[in-house]
Amino acid sequence: MTAGERVSEEDALALFRTRDIHAVGEIADIANRRRNGDRVYFIVNRHINPTNICVNRCRFCAFSKSKEEPLAYTMTMDEILVRAEEARSQNATELHIVGGLHPDLPFDFYLRMLKTLRERFPELHIQAFTAVEIDHFSRITGLSLGEVIRQLKEVGLGSLPGGGAEIFAPEIRNLICSEKISGDRWLEIMEEVHGAGLRSNATMLYGHVETLESRVDHMRRLRELQDRTGGFQSFIPLAFHPKNTEIAKGYTTGIEDLLSLAVGRIFLDNFRHVKSFWIMVGPKVAQVSLHFGVNDIDGTVVEEKITHAAGARAGQEMTVPELVTMIRQAGRIPVERDTLYNVVREWPEGAMA
Amino acid sequence: MTSSRSWREALDAAAEGRATVEDGALLLREAPLFDLGRAADVVRRRLHPDGVVTYIVDRNINYTNVCSCQCTFCAFFREKGAPGAYVLSDAELSQKIEETLDAGGTQVLLQGGLHPDWGLADAVRLAKAVKRHPIRLHGFSPPEIWHFADRSGVSIAETISRLKESGLDSLPGGGAEILDDSVRGLISPRKISWQQWAEVMREAHRQGLPTSATMMFGSIEAPEHIASHLIRIRELQDETGGFTSFIPWTFQAGNTLLSRDPRFGESQPSGFGHAVGYLRVLAVSRLILQNVRTVQVSWVTMGAKVAQLGLFFGGNDYGSTMMEENVVASAGVSFRMSEEEIVATIRDAGFHPRRREEHRCST
Repeated sequence: MTAGERVSEEDALALFRTRDIHAVGEIADIANRRRNGDRVYFIVNRHINPTNICVNRCRFCAFSKSKEEPLAYTMTMDEILVRAEEARSQNATELHIVGGLHPDLPFDFYLRMLKTLRERFPELHIQAFTAVEIDHFSRITGLSLGEVIRQLKEVGLGSLPGGGAEIFAPEIRNLICSEKISGDRWLEIMEEVHGAGLRSNATMLYGHVETLESRVDHMRRLRELQDRTGGFQSFIPLAFHPKNTEIAKGYTTGIEDLLSLAVGRIFLDNFRHVKSFWIMVGPKVAQVSLHFGVNDIDGTVVEEKITHAAGARAGQEMTVPELVTMIRQAGRIPVERDTLYNVVREWPEGAMA
Repeated sequence: MTSSRSWREALDAAAEGRATVEDGALLLREAPLFDLGRAADVVRRRLHPDGVVTYIVDRNINYTNVCSCQCTFCAFFREKGAPGAYVLSDAELSQKIEETLDAGGTQVLLQGGLHPDWGLADAVRLAKAVKRHPIRLHGFSPPEIWHFADRSGVSIAETISRLKESGLDSLPGGGAEILDDSVRGLISPRKISWQQWAEVMREAHRQGLPTSATMMFGSIEAPEHIASHLIRIRELQDETGGFTSFIPWTFQAGNTLLSRDPRFGESQPSGFGHAVGYLRVLAVSRLILQNVRTVQVSWVTMGAKVAQLGLFFGGNDYGSTMMEENVVASAGVSFRMSEEEIVATIRDAGFHPRRREEHRCST
């Protein structure tokens, strides 16, 4: 890497396997700082999960419910608007909206939701719908991917999150989410999304039954697509949470979390941003990860249902002063960003949080 | 910075075991995280070349939360007669010990508040109650020893020797907080001074009782205070050789009076009471305290994940299963780890877990 060559899959595997933690951290830190300096981004956002009813039953998921289950819910438009209103009152710049694949809600429901939010809250960027949901819309309407994306964009979709990627390798995917769209399909949808001029993120779910080889394969496919489209903004490794899921496994370790982030940074040389989602790894590891190649710690979040259903031990909200302090204490410069990484505000040394 | 010395020079000095207070403070402030980690790792490897990381199965028993010391950083204490105040009965104590033995535990860590009515006789009674069971007794930190001696009007030497006769095996290094009286005056004005803490430890070592040493940082101290704490332990260890382990941990602010002190708020941005700061302090501790064999990571305050990373920043001991923990939990922090989790975490980091039994005290 220092010679300017691309890191091979073999090298990435070796980096996952090594316990020379200082070396991996340092290389990832150099790769990060070359691109982003000392700046670390966060966003003031609000997550909204409109429904937990989902036709898929992914084995790693503790969030999804069938319609008949007592904890199943679908928000009304009013409930969604209340949350968006809260977001506005907290000076948020983004709504992050993902949910289950509801068997009955028509595509029109989602179009109306976006349209209403767009009209009422024009200042809020709407980042919504994973590739899995986009595929679902295409199937329930019979419309092409391109047409689904075009219609969503027309009513206000600003960008897409990176969820649903899990691990692309079919042999792993069959074990953890056999009903979900394939890795190929996920990548195909993202290519289409990027082609339509929308940015997205990319995730990788680790710490379940995947192999290190399958992680590297996952990242290689992301790197190849990014070479073609350049449409991915950030890479976000997601730590598997075992509680209430059908996969018998412990929580990920700190080393596993940090290596996933650091190797991601080193291998994905065409991704500008690597995000450590504090809800997943906990605020402490998120802070340490700023020395392991990470330049983004997500945001204020406010209400998080998906990881918490699976036993997330972090809280649901961090305030702006908390985020700023945490970044500062790590010796970095806090920068509030919007969804597309435009600077909203920078906190240079000494500025009050 | 105004310092004429560079962090590299300070790091060289520390690696050679001759860091000064100024060097320690400079390292805490300026040395890059991975440079500190690597240097600490070199010391850890030299002292523990086999890559073994130890832990112990024991139980933390707090015999009372009634305490006349009332430190502002503490959320555990109650005044006598206040709601929530408790004193464990002999039956409760016995039951906890039986549970510990049933769980395969080999040691009890016995600590409590400074109960205003209690003197040496009460401490002896407690020690004997514990030692009716076949278990190791690691108990009574220096403020407790001082309190018993003071209440009973006997010397520190006599207090320790009576407790030793009653079965006490070793002393925990608690109550050290920051060994600097200007800091102590702010966070624990009624607690024994740093010299008194050292006096108790010196006497315990003289009588052949091993002890640990601790440090609570991340409240309102400056890096110089942390460095000075480490140097004071190093000097005491040069004198007695009685410290088996050093355990730094971070102040937990929840439910404490200190968390509402404006000076605490002001000190946070430059303080070390966070994950990255913890790793820096851990590494500097390992570098400065090369004459103390073991440095313990604190999963109780940092969680399993950062504690695991601590093994790359100088730590060679993972502490204890605790079974119960009351003091840090009072401040709203309650991480939990079973023996299986501790073993798996150590292995995942590439080290060899080994359960420790005797002779090396923890906490």
